[in-house]
Amino acid sequence: MITILDYKAGNQTSVKRALDFLGIPNRISADPSEILSADRLIFPGVGHAQAAMAVLAERNLDIALKKAFNAGIPILGICLGSQIILSRSEEGDTACLDLISGVARRFQPQHSAYKIPHMGWNAVRFSRKHPLFNGIPDGSEFYYVHSFYPMPSDPRNVYALSDYLIEFPAIIGHRNLIAVQFHAEKSGKIGLQFLANFASWNPEDDDAE
Amino acid sequence: MLSKRIISCLDVRDGKLAKSVKFVDTRDIGDPVEKAREYFEQGLDELVFYDITATSDKRGIMLDVVRAVAEQIFIPFSVGGGLRNISDCYAVLHAGAEKVNLNSAAVVRPELLLEASNEFGAQAVVLSMDVLRSPISAQIPSGFQIVIHGGRKPTGIDALEWAIKAEQLGAGEIVVNSIDADGTREGYDIELTRAISSSVSLPVVASGGGGSIAHIARVLTEGMADAALVASMLHFGSYTVQEIKNSLAKEGIKVRL
Repeated sequence: MITILDYKAGNQTSVKRALDFLGIPNRISADPSEILSADRLIFPGVGHAQAAMAVLAERNLDIALKKAFNAGIPILGICLGSQIILSRSEEGDTACLDLISGVARRFQPQHSAYKIPHMGWNAVRFSRKHPLFNGIPDGSEFYYVHSFYPMPSDPRNVYALSDYLIEFPAIIGHRNLIAVQFHAEKSGKIGLQFLANFASWNPEDDDAE
Repeated sequence: MLSKRIISCLDVRDGKLAKSVKFVDTRDIGDPVEKAREYFEQGLDELVFYDITATSDKRGIMLDVVRAVAEQIFIPFSVGGGLRNISDCYAVLHAGAEKVNLNSAAVVRPELLLEASNEFGAQAVVLSMDVLRSPISAQIPSGFQIVIHGGRKPTGIDALEWAIKAEQLGAGEIVVNSIDADGTREGYDIELTRAISSSVSLPVVASGGGGSIAHIARVLTEGMADAALVASMLHFGSYTVQEIKNSLAKEGIKVRL
């Protein structure tokens, strides 16, 4: 059972539909106790970092997420969920969850050929191996809509890169947490494969490799 | 770098798929959800559903279509046709669409773009414009005029001026549909697409007239479009999405394969 964190984040229903399509049992929850008892968690998100952090705090979900991460529950962050797991976001200069040290940075367009938000299909290049990349060819394209991107302090937390204006982290992670800037739930068959891989990921096995 | 997108538009009337030729004489060509799934399987990048239902009492049918699409198709899609206010927009977004496609209603009341952009974010607001070539005048200096209500009513608004204004109001993307080229399969209006694309810094989707891969290639390069809307070429089975994308890739155009 995958628990999808509900914090008025916008795309939790799209994520749910994709899991339903794949036949993966799931529920949407905003209850901190259900977050802590989850088998695995998806932390979705669309919108403003500051507003998102405010809702998380109001519902005590920020503390629940930190506890879930420390307890080793597999967590997948999506889009805004890949940004507010960092220490801070430049969006509204917001203090974030700090599950991974780093900052969500704003794209700085140098010339008009690069439109912001970065919206559309772009290639993702893997920087390492990971069980979530199984069956996904390196360089596969995923669907993006964003104006900020995650930048961990430690390059070892960067699992994949994409290019737009600059080279930016497309997938970041640490232990039982992995987070993607793109929308896996809207990235066609390859995105569905990624979600299916998450459903069977055991972070404990990674250490044994 | 971003790939150029291949988008298909499905015109839906009373829940069924239709394809217009110059906006008149629409022919029934099947089930929109089935067609959408076929294109998703083929690797289409994005879909647009346009509700051309004449009567408002059948509006609910479209929301059923949107929900069914959202449950089975995992690429972005937008919905347009008959969206007049924020609550209409909310209904289709809540049913599972990523974006709303605003056309006549935004021409009649441009503030709708601003309201929708503030409410849902610019990335969720697509301005769709129907454009007819018109004699150059003081009112229409570009020679491209906005028409509304399915292409039947000229507005006296210059298309370039409208595109710039729409960007200022918060549109996140513009679909440029040439009424002159629509359904002819004789090629996109390159001059029009290029003119709009050079006037705004938003992604521009070229629409109307695509009949061959060469047409698509030309509008994505010379026409400076970020995406091409392909309808007849796919709907009547002349091409598959893969055939179109493979050919474009051979010509050096970056597409998602």
